This record gives sequence, C-alpha cells and structure tokens, in this order.
Amino acid sequence: MLTLGRASLVLALAIALVGIVSSLYGARSGRAEWVAVGRRSMYALFGVLTVTMVVLEAAFLRSDFSFRLVASHSSTTTPTFYKLTAMWSSQEGSLLLWVWLLSGWASLAVFATRKRLRDIAPYATSVLLGFGAFFVSLILLFAHPIQLLDPAAVEGNGLPPLLRHPSMMIHPPMLYSGYTLFTIPFAFALGALITRRLDASWIRSTRRFALLAWLCLGTGILLGARWSWSELGWGGYWAWDPVENASLLPWLTGTAFLHSLMVQEKRGMLRVWNVSLVLATGILAIMGTFLVRSGILESIHAFGASTLGVPFLVLLGVLMISSAALVLTRRRELRSEARLDSVFSREAAFLLNNLALVGLCFVIMWGTFFPLISEIVTGRQASVGAPWFDRYTVPLAIALVFLSGIGPVIAWRRATLGNLRRNFVVPTAAAGAALLAGLTLAGEPKPTALAMFCGAAFALGAVGQEFWRGTRARRAATGESLPLALATLVGRNRRRYGGYLVHVGMALLFLGVAASSAFQHVRDVRLQPGQSVRVEGHDIRYVRATGTVDREKLSLGALLRVSKDGHEVATLRPSRGYYPSPDARQFGPIGRYFEGEATSEVGLKTGLERDVWTSVEPNIDSFGRMVDGIDRRFPLADAASQGLLLGVIAERYRLDPPPAGFRMIVSPLVTWIWLGGLVAISGALIAIWPKPKRARAWVVAASRPRLGRAVGRA
Amino acid sequence: MELVLVMLVLAAATALISSPLWRRTAAENPETGEVTALEAAKAAKLSEIRDAELDFRVGKLSEDDYRALDNQLRDEAVDLLHQLDAERDDRGSGSR
Repeated sequence: MLTLGRASLVLALAIALVGIVSSLYGARSGRAEWVAVGRRSMYALFGVLTVTMVVLEAAFLRSDFSFRLVASHSSTTTPTFYKLTAMWSSQEGSLLLWVWLLSGWASLAVFATRKRLRDIAPYATSVLLGFGAFFVSLILLFAHPIQLLDPAAVEGNGLPPLLRHPSMMIHPPMLYSGYTLFTIPFAFALGALITRRLDASWIRSTRRFALLAWLCLGTGILLGARWSWSELGWGGYWAWDPVENASLLPWLTGTAFLHSLMVQEKRGMLRVWNVSLVLATGILAIMGTFLVRSGILESIHAFGASTLGVPFLVLLGVLMISSAALVLTRRRELRSEARLDSVFSREAAFLLNNLALVGLCFVIMWGTFFPLISEIVTGRQASVGAPWFDRYTVPLAIALVFLSGIGPVIAWRRATLGNLRRNFVVPTAAAGAALLAGLTLAGEPKPTALAMFCGAAFALGAVGQEFWRGTRARRAATGESLPLALATLVGRNRRRYGGYLVHVGMALLFLGVAASSAFQHVRDVRLQPGQSVRVEGHDIRYVRATGTVDREKLSLGALLRVSKDGHEVATLRPSRGYYPSPDARQFGPIGRYFEGEATSEVGLKTGLERDVWTSVEPNIDSFGRMVDGIDRRFPLADAASQGLLLGVIAERYRLDPPPAGFRMIVSPLVTWIWLGGLVAISGALIAIWPKPKRARAWVVAASRPRLGRAVGRA
Repeated sequence: MELVLVMLVLAAATALISSPLWRRTAAENPETGEVTALEAAKAAKLSEIRDAELDFRVGKLSEDDYRALDNQLRDEAVDLLHQLDAERDDRGSGSR
C-alpha cells in the first residue's frame, strides 16, 4: 500500500495546483465551468488525501513496521485506540492530518457557497487550495509520512507515554480543526477584498464556519488544559507555554470577530476592523501551526527542531504583506455606513470587548515571543513567566467578564436611562451579593479574585435575567409550561440564546480559574508509609507503597487516604510509570526501564467544591545496585523474564519502600472550569445549529406583512 | 494490484474535476453581487426587526424606545427594498 499512499500525495499536489489555476481563470474570465472545476478540485483533494490517511491508518492498525512512521510511533503492545491516533503524534502524520482537515472543512465551505458569493467564492477557493498546496508540498519535501523501512523493524518504539491519554488524542484534531476552519473566513475575506465586495454577505456566508472554528479551537484548548491537570505531574492546567499561548491567540481574535461581525451585519460599521480581525485570525492560526513545528521556541508540545521554519516564515510573510496591501488599497470601500450613536450602546460594548480581547492577544503574543525579541535585542534569550502574564492578562480578563454581562442587556444604537435602569439592577445586585459573600467567606483578601467573582456574578445575573424574561414572555403569550417555554425560546432564537449560554459558560470558567489560582494550597513533602500531612483542612495519610508491572511499564506509587474532619473522603493512588528505553544493550534489560521515559499518574479526587490532587515521586536511587546486579546476572533476559524480574523489584518496593516525594494540592472550584467549558460548548453548538427549513420559511413569511405595512406607510 | 488502485484513484479524481468541462453547466443565476449584497442587508434588517420585537416582549425595551427603534428599522428596511427593486429593474431593462 506504500505506492498508493505516496501516489495519492503527489496527486493531491497536482489537484491543488489545477484547482488554483482553474478558480482564478474562472473568476477572471467569468466562465462558470472553470470555477466549478476549481470547486471540484477541492472535493478531489479531500478524496485523495483521505486515501493517504486510510493507507497510513491501516498500516498503524496492523502494526506494519515496514512503514517508518509506524515503527517509530507505535508498537504491537500499543492499545488499538492509540494505534489509530498515534499518527498525529509525529510531525509527518500531524501535517497530513492538518491538510486533510483543511481539505475536508474547505470542501464543506465551497459546497455551502456554491450558489452564493459568485464573485468572491472562486478567489476564496484558490486561497484555500493554495494552503492545501503549501502543506502538501511541505509533506512531500520535508516530512513525508509514508517512507519504507527496509528491513522492516521487528517491533516499534511505541507511542510516547505522555500522549497515552484519551483527551490528548482528541486534542490535536480539535486544535487543527480550529486552525483550518479559521482559514475559511480568512480566504473569503481575501476574496471580498480582491473583488471589492465588502458588504456583509461574505460574513453571513462564513459566520458559521468562524463559530465552528472558535468552538473546535476552544474545545482543543480546554482538552489540553484538562490533560495537563489530570496527567502531567506539575499540578496545573495552564503553564503559559508558547504552544499553548499560540493556540489561544487566534481564539481571542476569533472571539473578537464573532462579536464585531454583529455590528457590521446590523449597522454596517467596523468594516476595516472586521476584515483586519479575520485576516489576523487566519494568520495567527498559521502562526500557531508554525510554532509547533519550527522548534524556534521551547515547548513541551513542540515537535522539536525541524527544517519547516523557513517555508512557514515565507508563507506568513506573504500572507501579512498581501493582507495589509489589500486592506490599505480598499480602505475607501471599507468605510462605515453608520457612526456610533452613543457610548451607551451595544456597539460600544462590543468595541470595548474587542479592545480587551485584542489587548489580551497582544500581551500574550509579546510574552510568548519575548525570548526571541530579547535574543535579537540583547543577544541573550530571556523569558517571562506566569507572574508577568498574570499582571497584564488578569485585569483584561476581569474587564471581559464584566463586558460579557453588559453586552447581552444593553440596547443597540442608544441605551436610554430607562433601558439602563430596567436591565442593570439585577446584574448589579448579583455582583454586590458576590462581593459581600467574597468578603465574608474568603479568609484572606484577594482583590483580583474578588473582582473576578463580582464580574462572573454580574454576567450570570445579566444572562439569567435574559433567560427568565424571555421564558416568562413566551409563557404569557402561549400558555406553555416553563420548561417547554424555555426550550422553544432557545430553539427559535438559537443564535441569541446559544450566545448567552456561551457567556454563562465563560463566566463559570473564569470563576473556576480565579478561585483555583487565588486559593490553591500546595505542599511538597517527603513521607514514609504511616505518615500524614495536613493540607487546607485535609489529612492525607501515606498508607502503603504500591508496585505493579504490565506489558509496557513498571509502576511504583502510593496508596493515600484523604480525610476531612475525621471522615474519610477519598482513597488516591498516585503513581509513576517507568517505560523502557529502546536501548537495552546500553542500559541493560531492567536498567532501561529507569533510563527511559517516566510519567506521572495523578491521584485525583474531583468535586464541585474542590479537587484534591496528588502526585508521587518514588525514590528509585536505592534500587541502583539491585538493578545493576540483575542486569549483570541476566543480560539476555527476554520479555517474559523481564516481566518476572520487574515483578521482583515491584515487590521489593511494596515491602520496603524508601521515603517518597509527594506534591499535594487542594484547589477550589477547578471542576467549574470544565463544567463552564461544557456549558460554553453546548451554547456554541446551539448557536451553530441551523434552523429547520420550515422555521426559516416561516420567519421570512412572517416578516413580509410587517414590512408590507411599512412600505404602505412609506 | 496496487498500481490498479493508483490508476482508479487517478481516474476518479480526473472524472470528478473535469466533469463541468464536458457536461453543460446549469444556467447561471443572473443575480449580481449588488443584489446579493442587498439581499444580505435585507435579511440582516429583518433579523434586527425581529430582535427588537423580542427585546420589547421580554421587557428589555420600553414601549417608547421600541416604537422609535422599530420605525427607524422599518424605514431602513423599506429603503433596502426600494434599492433591491431598482437594482432588479435595472438588470431587467439591461438584459432586454
């Protein structure tokens, strides 16, 4: 199947090039059949890349180690689920996944717009095919995923242990879906600029893709944070890592775009801003991809040093220059149709929200690239840490949460005093109640956390009031039961109430972030079995050591009992897994387990009020002599014998463990981060979900008489 | 066997891409970009009218605020309808 996979990739490049030329020729000459050829090239690109994906996935599933990639990233002992997803743990496989997702989403976009945007769509198609051609070229020239290993390996290296986590396997496809989906509004914006069709029609046609991009990227980021909290041994969910930050940048500008596009749709304002935002988002999505692959910044998530940096820099340069040139030369057509009527209006609130989001983006970008900037200016690489990021991002995040409460309730165009009074009493009261509760309950004053609690309460109060008023009005008009009235209200106004639900989710998420950051208690201790430690009212006792052996690793850990006020609340089993280095000759058949990769299995008790998080660092130094002795006596031990010998070590650890190091964390409201994320995801899904055709027809029909009256009046 | 599969993929892709060139394309929608833009603006205005009505029904807007806003939005919608008619009339007379 090697030949089929390789030929499909070459064919993919040819198809992309044919599609670019046809689309551009069709657009310039007005010949629809050539535009259709371009569009179908996109579908064909998706088809042939699917063939390549299937060939590679089949090789992973049957552990065909004549494929170099399979031998280096899988093994016969890798569970089937991880075999399926091992492909994108490599540079080569993840590039293929990127371009495959791009071609799939782009096919959907060109199909959806095939009868609309006749001027813009061919240019957008050629831009999207251009991205496809670029990535397929990178794959063919620098990172080919289908290479022959001759002779084929007997056994593969396996998947890196850190990646053996379910959310880590879904995380990359979600992130890449987000990145690739953001290239769709980017491409249509370029098309609109080229053709000077800068009204809201391109925004209306690609709005759903922008929202889907936002949803996928946000879900990917959330899954990454969850993986970090429950799998990595450092005890946090966000480390301001360059690659994490890079994924956040287009998400922030994308969020800004999703708000400001409403201003353009309704008022014809902010056209330059919107088109610039969407172009910046597309470029930041490509930059995020570049950071993971170039190795220019150190990150746990990066693929390390590679030769892909220069082509990406060229692409980014071309995108930035052409985008800026198009915006500048079209500035007359991009003039707003209306002006801001009042600073007390929803337009103004959205503008402030945009400024806060773009400000956040700028701060995070500066901090992320600071090592490079400092190296260029001073010759020495310096980096900034979490306190620096917190200093600038926290005030902006607090402002954003307050604005997420103001936006839904303030009127468009001009809010009157009556409007402000009518809509802001409940949210302000909620914020006041949160302030009082915070001052009463919090042991030590934490002003930023308190401000965030007030902001979240304000937003929840505002959105709760919106849901309540809407449901009540519907119930009064139709006599429906309360749950039915709520469901119908949301179902008939999906974009509005889905959006409100996203605000609820984000308020809960920020509540969790603020509480867990400000009131987290961490203790690093060394304990022997039988000893206890007290963390924030919780007594954690090291009951006994644990040691197990399975097909892949040796696990050494601890059994911990957690009690509060004399009642046992949890039994935790943190451990550390030791995976063998492939080099048995250098380190010995048993020694290689202590020289390979080691990962933490976190002992975690989650709860709505707080999480109790524990990790263990067994002291394995004391096994050095024992392991050396075993390796000397059994230098040629086979897999079965290795299992037996590791069992002896595990048994020894269980019976006579040396003191082990523990990190113990009691962190309040962490679960609300994940719950808030789920609520936001649900809201976005509601907002994306299309109205049934019948409902759309009804809306149009219902609007006609009203407009008819207006026409008569006019 | 593998070569046959390669040829099949190549043939399928070629057939898919080239079909618009050897099949007659359906008649083109005569609407211009201008009409599309006005249609989009009309749809946005209709949605704005509905949003304002919902805001009034849920008590977010007072009756006075709502009446003023609704009149303004309807006037803007009427302008759009007139522009749309004019554009379509122009195209109709142009094509005749």
